[in-house]
Order: sequence, then structure tokens, then C-alpha cells
Amino acid sequence: MFTEILVLMLSAVLIENFIFSRFMGCCPFLGVSEKPDTALGMGCAVIFVMTLASAACNLVYNFILVPFNLEYLYTIAFILVIAALVQFIEMFLRKAVPSLYNALGIYLPLITTNCAVLGAVILNMQKYSDVAKGESLLFSVLFGFFAAVGFTLAIVIFAGVRARMVYSDPPKSFRGMPLALIAAGLIAMAFSGFSGTNLG
Amino acid sequence: MNKLNIKQMLLDGILYKNPVLVQLLGLCSVLAVTTSVVNGFGMGAAATAVLVCSNLLISLLRKFIPKQVRIAAYIVIISGFVTMVELLIKAYLPALDKSLGVFIPLIVVNCMILARAEAFASKNKPLPSIIDGLTMGIGYTVALVAISFIREILGAGTLFGYNIMPKGFQPMLMAILPPGGFIILGSLIALMQKLMSLKGNKAATAKAEDTAIKTEIKAEEGNE
Repeated sequence: MFTEILVLMLSAVLIENFIFSRFMGCCPFLGVSEKPDTALGMGCAVIFVMTLASAACNLVYNFILVPFNLEYLYTIAFILVIAALVQFIEMFLRKAVPSLYNALGIYLPLITTNCAVLGAVILNMQKYSDVAKGESLLFSVLFGFFAAVGFTLAIVIFAGVRARMVYSDPPKSFRGMPLALIAAGLIAMAFSGFSGTNLG
Repeated sequence: MNKLNIKQMLLDGILYKNPVLVQLLGLCSVLAVTTSVVNGFGMGAAATAVLVCSNLLISLLRKFIPKQVRIAAYIVIISGFVTMVELLIKAYLPALDKSLGVFIPLIVVNCMILARAEAFASKNKPLPSIIDGLTMGIGYTVALVAISFIREILGAGTLFGYNIMPKGFQPMLMAILPPGGFIILGSLIALMQKLMSLKGNKAATAKAEDTAIKTEIKAEEGNE
């Protein structure tokens, strides 16, 4: 059990990093990575939502969609669960933990259409649809959490790189997004070094 | 809707307002599926189908959807069409379904489709909305095919799965791996910006020449 969790953690955070090897969540990755602080804020919000969404969608899938033979509606069901969850988290944080809301609040609405969250939930469904319900819930939550940690790691590293890029003087047509994408490609190259790792 | 407008919309979709290379929308799927031309085209066609249908329905319902819940309504409409497209691909093109994998359901969160719904379909009549969806979808497909064309030739030495490069060619595997995706997309966007600025300069110089000629003519007229 412990080794399984360790393997899951390493592969979700490093080897199959959500951004650098799966390309999920590129919009916030490119959009909110101008400064390391905001990148960290976005990352924390994603960790929060993705962990909860993994749990909620797993429950919805196992206890609503499967019993009623509605598996084919998973896309609609999951996106609605995620949207409702994000709305709920926003309201809850605003009332209960205002300091956390002030830190994460502006990033929360953006997460509904973040493909990393929907992607993680769908991957969970595909991976753990055959195992027992309790186990699939546990592993879904762990996968959601660690994948979001990998996302945060990637976006914070990238924000650090971009903060330095401000001082560079590239050719005019490379300014802005092209240079950011090429920098992301170079970081992805570093991350692809992990892909040879065999975790047996 | 006259002919000129359609031509303009097509040009906008493919060049001036290309959803991928100029507006930078929906980059996740662009980077993920462009490892071969077949995948790129399949993804483009699937997204176009969803975009056209969702634009049509949203445009038809634009007067009935309350403003406060419009985004949620759009997402439900879009995910309905995505489910249909997904089931169709699963049934008739199982190979494509396997290679696109999780990115077919992820069309739901493709920012391009939501952006067109919000920016165009919610404010226009059904027919222009269909045309808008079609032109933007074609632009998206063209961008996907262009990127996957470069990546497939460089990374695998093939085109549509057929070997086209000379025998001694050593495929540059990096081009179909994730880093190559980022770098090639970045270079293409840079190329696009360069072309735009060149065209902008040309237009500017043409305008300047035009005004110069006009002032000359005016001066001559004044002399007479």
C-alpha cells in the first residue's frame, strides 16, 4: 500500500507532470505565471479544488452514474460537479476563512474551465473504475492532490523563469508568448529526463 | 449576409484572428494532440463540429438564457454536444478515439468554444453564428494541421503515417515529445507575429504613400 502511494506520488508529480508531459492546464500555466506569488496562489487554489473535485466526482460516479447506467453522461456530470464545487468553495471561504479567500479568491472562478481539474477527474475515472469503491476513492483523492502538486511545482518554476525573462532582449516577433512557450519547452526538456524512470 | 462578409470572416478565422496562433486559445489540446497530422485533423474536426452546434443552439436560445447563469448554461450545452461527438467517434473511429484519448471530453473546457459562445453567438442571429463557428473552427483546424505537419515530419519522418523522408533521415524524436510541442508552437506564433508586423508595415507605408500622393495632387490643384 505504502509503496503504491509512493509510486503514485512520484509519477503524478514528476514523471507524468500535468503540464510538461500531459499538457493539461496550459491556459492558467501561461496566463497567471507572470509573477511567482500569483503563480503560487493559483497553484494552491488548484491543489484545493482538484483534491475536493476528485473526491466529489468519484462519489458521483460510483453512487449516481454507475447505479443508474448513466456512465456515458460523465462529461456533463463532472463539469457540473466541478462548477458547483468551485462556487460552493468560494462562498464557504468567503464566510468562514476570509484570509484564505483573499489569497485564493480571484483564482477560484478561473478553475472551473481549467482542463487540469476535469482531466484529472476523467483520468481517475478511467484508471480506477474497476477497483473497489473505497480504494478507488482513496487513490482518486491522492492522484488529484499529487497531480495538483505537480501543477503547482511546474507553474512556480515557470514563473521564476519568466520573472528573469523580463530583462532579456529577444527579437521583436519573439516577445511575449512565443518566448514564454520556448522557455516552457526547455523546462519540459528537463522534466522529460524523469520519463526514463522505471518505478516497476 | 453578403459574400464579402463571409470571405472576411474566413480570413479572420484562419489568419488575422486565428484562435490558436493569434488569440492563443485552447492551447492544451493543441499541444497534446499535434503529434501526427491525422490526430491534429481529427481533433480540429471534432472541435469544429462542437463549436458549430453549440454556437447555433446558444444563438437560438440567446433571448431565453438569463444573464447571471449564462456561463453555466453554455457549459452544459457545450458538454452535451461534446458527449455526442465523443460517442460518435468511439463508434465509428475507434483508432482516433484511442489516440486522442482524454482530450475529446476535454473539448468541454476548450476556451475557444466558450469564448466564441460568449463573444459572438450570444449576441448574433443563428446563421452568422454558424458561419462564425465554421470559420473559427477551420482556423483552429488549420493551425492544428500546420503544427502537426511540422511535428510529424521532423519527429517521425512520416506524413499521414507514410514514410516520406530520404533513407538517411534520422527522426528528431524531440519534436513529437512535449518539449518539441512547446518550442514549435512558440516558433510558429513568433512567425505569425513577424508576418503580421510585416503586413502592418506594408499597410502603413501604403497609407503613407497614399496620403503623400493625395497631398501632392491637392498642392498641384492649388497651384493651378
